[in-house]
Amino acid sequence: MNLPILRLGQTYESCDRVELDLGDGKMAVTHTANPGLIRRDLLRATEAKAALDAIPADTLASYCEQAAELFMTADLPCGDDHQSPQQYVESLSALTRLPHSLVRMNMTKIHAAMSQVRTVINGLTRNMPLEIFDRGLASAPGSSSDLALNYFPATSSLGVSLPSNAPAVNSLWIPAPVMKIPVFLKPGREDPFTPLRIVQAMIQAGFPKEAFGFYPTTHEGGDTIVTCCGRGISFGSDATVKKYADYPSVSVHGTGRSKILIGEDMIDRWPEFLDVIVQSISANGGRSCINTSAILVPSKRDELADALAAKLAEIQPLARDDENALLCGFANTALADGIDDLISAHLKEPGAEDVTAEHRDTPRKVEAFEQTYLQPTLVSCSDPEHPLANTEFMFPYASIVEIPQSEMLANIGQTLVVSAFTEDPDFIGKLLLSPDIERLNLGAFPTNRVQWEQPHEGNLFEFLYHRRAIQGNVAVA
Amino acid sequence: MSCSLSPEQAAEALDAHVREIVSWHFSPETGCPYWLERATSLGFDPMTEVTRFADILKFPHFDDEVLRKEDPARFIPNAFAGRPYNVFETGGTTGMPKQRIGWEDYKTDYTEFSEHYGPDFFPQGANWLMVGPTGPRRLRLAIEHLANIRGGACYFIDLDPRWVKRLIGMGEMRMAKAYQEHVIDQAATIIRHRDIGCLFTTPKLLESLAERMSLADAGIRGVFAGGTTMTPQYVRFIEEEVLEGKINFAPTYGNTLMGLAISKKRGPGEYSLTYHAPQPRAVLRIVDPENTEKVMDYGDYGRVELTTLTKEFFMPRFLERDEAIRREPCDEFPWDGVGDVRPFQSGTKTVIEGVY
Repeated sequence: MNLPILRLGQTYESCDRVELDLGDGKMAVTHTANPGLIRRDLLRATEAKAALDAIPADTLASYCEQAAELFMTADLPCGDDHQSPQQYVESLSALTRLPHSLVRMNMTKIHAAMSQVRTVINGLTRNMPLEIFDRGLASAPGSSSDLALNYFPATSSLGVSLPSNAPAVNSLWIPAPVMKIPVFLKPGREDPFTPLRIVQAMIQAGFPKEAFGFYPTTHEGGDTIVTCCGRGISFGSDATVKKYADYPSVSVHGTGRSKILIGEDMIDRWPEFLDVIVQSISANGGRSCINTSAILVPSKRDELADALAAKLAEIQPLARDDENALLCGFANTALADGIDDLISAHLKEPGAEDVTAEHRDTPRKVEAFEQTYLQPTLVSCSDPEHPLANTEFMFPYASIVEIPQSEMLANIGQTLVVSAFTEDPDFIGKLLLSPDIERLNLGAFPTNRVQWEQPHEGNLFEFLYHRRAIQGNVAVA
Repeated sequence: MSCSLSPEQAAEALDAHVREIVSWHFSPETGCPYWLERATSLGFDPMTEVTRFADILKFPHFDDEVLRKEDPARFIPNAFAGRPYNVFETGGTTGMPKQRIGWEDYKTDYTEFSEHYGPDFFPQGANWLMVGPTGPRRLRLAIEHLANIRGGACYFIDLDPRWVKRLIGMGEMRMAKAYQEHVIDQAATIIRHRDIGCLFTTPKLLESLAERMSLADAGIRGVFAGGTTMTPQYVRFIEEEVLEGKINFAPTYGNTLMGLAISKKRGPGEYSLTYHAPQPRAVLRIVDPENTEKVMDYGDYGRVELTTLTKEFFMPRFLERDEAIRREPCDEFPWDGVGDVRPFQSGTKTVIEGVY
């Protein structure tokens, strides 16, 4: 299977290619775009934008809804071949080692983001009509006055450098073409399929092909996409955040370090929360930034840790095509080795204990079904400063730390999602004002809960559009 | 342009050249203080035991740190004593620079380059613009010589690669980009206001310049570029899109220590580059990194080893920081070529390369 570059929708075959092993003697070949080629296409971004501008946003939203169904059910162009949904599942699983069940779960999330794009955009714009993308003008939603709002696009392109670990993150850019902003996508090395499948579904549904760039490329090419587009989104670690810190046009989705905080008022009810916490840690194979990586409790740490560890240890490696599979293998075994070694090294420092180890007969790292797995791991920390207390890894890993409720918020650091299991108004008040939390779930909700109208990080509309003060005779506009 | 020699005749000519040059550098009348002194610790007598190129293997690899530590004057051949000379420095090194002295070598190399391409490839009489490292670099004089012998003048826009490397090392990517834009601004101004027909620049600067304007519409007819890795895809992109299929393109591989390796003529749709050293003045071998006495088989990657053999400069078996595919001799160059050059072990470590 040959996966060429898409340059404003046009196929381009590069001389630089990367072979990806799909198993059973099948290969996928991606074509690598050199950075200069991407920059030359960016010179034509206004053409791509004009193609979107020619279509009403309401129509584009309808196309997106139709594309959702095509994404889930249709045979779609995939390079020089066509790909059925089942072939997509199998191919993506082969490259990323996500079990089929998790690929399907990610498909469902992407489908929801596409089919509910109006809800998503309503959430982002706070219910402004889609007409805002056609005329730039709208009345303030819910306002009894005639206050006119004028928004204009801050860019003619959105560049996104995508990861390979979580296909559903593609949901983040999906509203952009509906908002009439062309997208330039760098797929993750092991997941060229998801963004390409979404793009092809959108083109089949009616979007102009000029609105899409698909560029398998190098790190330098990824930098080019993210920094040379008027707006860029990247995913990565703290190092990625630092790398783009000087670029106000780039939004980085860095390490999540998502947490569950259990208040003093609810800690005695901990047995009720076991399933929610296990789901928070292990959903999507523990690969998402919205997976829980730390649990902060005011008391009862040891009881809760032991019960959680027992449940986590029940999650065993299964074959990728087993419908009950929850754990992902590692396509890059060196990465698994590195994570395992790092955890083992840190466990030698006082103040932390792997409580899951007592509930398993096998080591954390195991070989099974011709793959390398890291089994779920819960580390109980008596020292909140321990290096394993506030970190995250790309498998079901979490720490549990006992810390007085009054000290929790001072200790969480930058956190993508906090699920606060509390009904204490005073504690909730402090949580609402904390500057360290990107998304706050109040109540016993998993950290990976998704409400489409509530983006968990940033606001794509505010990222892509600016509001301008407008006065005078607006009625003639 | 074809060469009149067969591979066997070229090898014989190289052996004869080796005898002449080694005799020159190790004879007290003509040799330089550095090599005359070094000869006493080699463990063999170059004057009698080096009679053909294969005997060059008796020398250990040249340590380029010598070019930082030694006074360049210790490389003045006694035969050239009293003649004014140029001191050249290598490209992007930081700290104490590597230095090489010279007299006429650069003119010899660039005259040969000029003759290789004939009168039409770079239009005779056209003015040139060099956008790249000038300063203490051999290239600055070489490009001007090239322009002059083809009947044109040469304009210059300087770029300091050492500053670019430092910016990147400090993580100052935005500043590095701003500096590049500053360079391109100046180049675009010259192209718009002067009659420029030929360009020398690095591939990355060429790309940036072409993002500002159509170089073909601006009157550019020939581009000579070198300095960084050019994959087949990159060459194709430069020729088809940056140069719009309308401008002659001469990719080269070279440095202050070697001179200029010209790229072999390619057929339509062929984008893989093969460079041939200016033999016999310099010889490139593709050696096994684990056993550098052994050359790789044709078609295999190995480390690039350079031997420079001129009366001005003798440098045996210097291991470049590059790797390349060993390629067969061809009609134009009846000696081995080096293909698809890239930084040594670039697949296993991060290399800051070619940002300028």
